[in-house]
Amino acid sequence: MSLNRAAKENLVRALAVSVIEHADELTSLDQAIGDGDHGLNMKRGFEAVLATLPGLADKSLPEMLRTIGTTLVMKVGGASGPLVGTFFIELGKAVPEQPTRSDLVGATGKAIESVKARGRSEAGQKTLLDVLVPVQAIFAAGADAEAIAAEAAKAAVRTTPMLATRGRASFLGERSIGHMDPGSRSASLLIGAAVATLTIEAGL
Amino acid sequence: MSNSESGNVGIVIVSHSAKIAEGAADMVRQMVGNAVPLAWTGGDPEGGLGTNVAGILKAIEIAWSSAGVAILVDLGGAETNSEMAVEMLAEDRRGRVVICNAPVVEGAVIAATESSGGSSLSAVQRSAEEFYA
Repeated sequence: MSLNRAAKENLVRALAVSVIEHADELTSLDQAIGDGDHGLNMKRGFEAVLATLPGLADKSLPEMLRTIGTTLVMKVGGASGPLVGTFFIELGKAVPEQPTRSDLVGATGKAIESVKARGRSEAGQKTLLDVLVPVQAIFAAGADAEAIAAEAAKAAVRTTPMLATRGRASFLGERSIGHMDPGSRSASLLIGAAVATLTIEAGL
Repeated sequence: MSNSESGNVGIVIVSHSAKIAEGAADMVRQMVGNAVPLAWTGGDPEGGLGTNVAGILKAIEIAWSSAGVAILVDLGGAETNSEMAVEMLAEDRRGRVVICNAPVVEGAVIAATESSGGSSLSAVQRSAEEFYA
């Protein structure tokens, strides 16, 4: 997969816009089972990422991803900053400049392991890992772009009946059941945006 | 945030609320005066409730002591952001900062009291964490 400068810029914009446009929805999901700041926090982080364009897209792909991650870590201001930021930082460490599909499968797998370590969490606890893990599994198994995007959306919905055992929602115990996890929703938005852009720009 | 040249272990208080962090720091000062390097941080980068890595890094810098720094945190994001901040420190400092598994107010007061007697970083951490045991 080859991403030129314009493609990288489009990718960054698509990621940022996907979160920024859904900030109110993410906040309302978080008001139900968290502290109600997820939309605002993610919006702040991705607005800071957007502010680093166009220069950001001049960087190599690995460096660009690491910069996005560091910006999110510094600007988000909630637990999702280190979690989503770590994903991008570690993805940047693991991808080559011109990744093949198999490079991306390996790199996303490593980045997800780092998110697990950062959050001391596994899939099944009603967190963003409940989207990242199954989506990465079908990506590794050869799913096409459409199937990946569909799985991301479905995986976020599947967190609705789950009991939260990690993160702020875990304080609610059984009352966390019946609400979609906001971190899963934002992860699914980012994946949807990434897949759509990479399909257009690089024929994922 | 006045500081101490005592060489005692530094204490950093990280809360989602700047008011809680500052208030806990006031309680620490009342106990130990200026015998312990102390700093607090609270709030997201825009001043709302939350925690942020840049603020935590700055607080570690203010409370820095060659004996190390013990961080007290409130809820999950405070801990996650503190861990991230510790990893971003220079390598020679990273190993001299611990995050205590203790309640933020009680832990800060106990840790600071222990530190004011010249105890090591591990003793300071242990005394704060014993509150939970």
